[in-house]
Amino acid sequence: MWGDAALVAGKDLRIEMRSKVGVNQVVPFAFVVLVLFAFALDPDRGVLDRAAPGLFWVAVLLTSLLAIQRSFALEAVDGSRDGLRLSGLDPAGIFLGKALAVAVQLLVLEALLLLGVAFLYGTALRGFGVLVLTCVLATAGLAGAGTVYGVMAAGLRVRETLLPLLVLPVLAPVLLAATRAFEAALAGTPRAATGWLGLLGCFVALYTFVGVFGFGTLLEEA
Amino acid sequence: MTASVTDRIPLDPLRPSRWSAPLGWASLVLVGATVGLGLALPRSKEQAEYSRLIAIHPPAAWASYFGVGLAAACSVLYLVRRNPTFDRANAASAEVAAVFTAITLATGSIWGRPTWGVWWQWDPRLTTEALLMAFLLGAVALRRALAPGRGRAVISAVFSLTTLGLLPIVHFSVTWWRSLHQVGTLAAPAPAENADGSFIFAMLLGFVAFTLVSVWLVLWRSRLEALEEGAEDELLAVALVDRRAEATGVRS
Repeated sequence: MWGDAALVAGKDLRIEMRSKVGVNQVVPFAFVVLVLFAFALDPDRGVLDRAAPGLFWVAVLLTSLLAIQRSFALEAVDGSRDGLRLSGLDPAGIFLGKALAVAVQLLVLEALLLLGVAFLYGTALRGFGVLVLTCVLATAGLAGAGTVYGVMAAGLRVRETLLPLLVLPVLAPVLLAATRAFEAALAGTPRAATGWLGLLGCFVALYTFVGVFGFGTLLEEA
Repeated sequence: MTASVTDRIPLDPLRPSRWSAPLGWASLVLVGATVGLGLALPRSKEQAEYSRLIAIHPPAAWASYFGVGLAAACSVLYLVRRNPTFDRANAASAEVAAVFTAITLATGSIWGRPTWGVWWQWDPRLTTEALLMAFLLGAVALRRALAPGRGRAVISAVFSLTTLGLLPIVHFSVTWWRSLHQVGTLAAPAPAENADGSFIFAMLLGFVAFTLVSVWLVLWRSRLEALEEGAEDELLAVALVDRRAEATGVRS
């Protein structure tokens, strides 16, 4: 299962490295979102600094939609989906591989966005242990749940409009928990983040379970 | 697979079930009784006319839970048995649950305005119920987007099961977080101190009435689903005959 996961993740990441869609389109999009927040909320009143954790995670959430769409758009052309089905790879491995590739891209994006938030919103970054742990857990949740729902909508002509409707309500707990954990870290009270990190952990466990055991059925019959 | 009890469940797709007429009458009578009793309830000192919403609002919320639970149960049965009846019942239950969630949010909002002073409050119970609404609308949209068949049935089933995970969060949100919304009327240590006996009776009657209405709606919606599938198959068959006639030049 792990070997198959590494194979699929390697394939997806290699495609991203070569096509540079992430670097040329997804990262600039996230950056534009950050700038738009500054236009919408008057930067001079300190609103941006106070709302920075929430704005950061909304930006990540919107960008993760693009990453998930992209992950399944790769399989939509040239019958790649059938290829994947016939490849004999363990479905749980395919799930973990696709989620892992999305997660790696999101983690890189989050590192860049954190710098952007510090630079553009003037947020003083601190509590790095909690920040990193939150990023890792929240990203695992986003990628896992996104991959489960991504495969449901994958074969459809309306997937671009349907996927946000399916995924955003599901990801709402991640947004909530990750924002609160960030607020705790930035406020210098990392202990307050423990409960929210626990919630993120439960979310990750739930969707990893659903993905590992349900992905085969979804891929096979959808 | 051998014929089992579930294959003989009284849900013949092309005929209304023999349960649907008695169920329909029973739910009509009970809903009428709930509404009548609700209107006959005395005005309470604190909330004047609005306390009568207790006959409608908690039962509607219960019916939304019931629909989600029924959809999940049908999903499990579908995934185990692969009987299309359960797929249709799953879709029907999700739609009925969506309707009752909308009624819950609407009546709650009407109740909140005079008692809390606002139409909407970002309170855990309200927020999670709104999230449930988003899930159910997603279920309906997902189903409409997919072509009929095994794939759609499996995807709908998995989606309904993930929606079930939200139920405990909606229900226990009032006890887990500090909330403006009161805790369950009956979950209180002494319900009689919380609400008068006649109010509790009207609410319990509402629970029974709305449950029956849900089951009745699910039966009819399932049947409609079966008819739709049949109509689609028929249209496809007609189109195939036409194309074949075009190709061979022979009209049947």
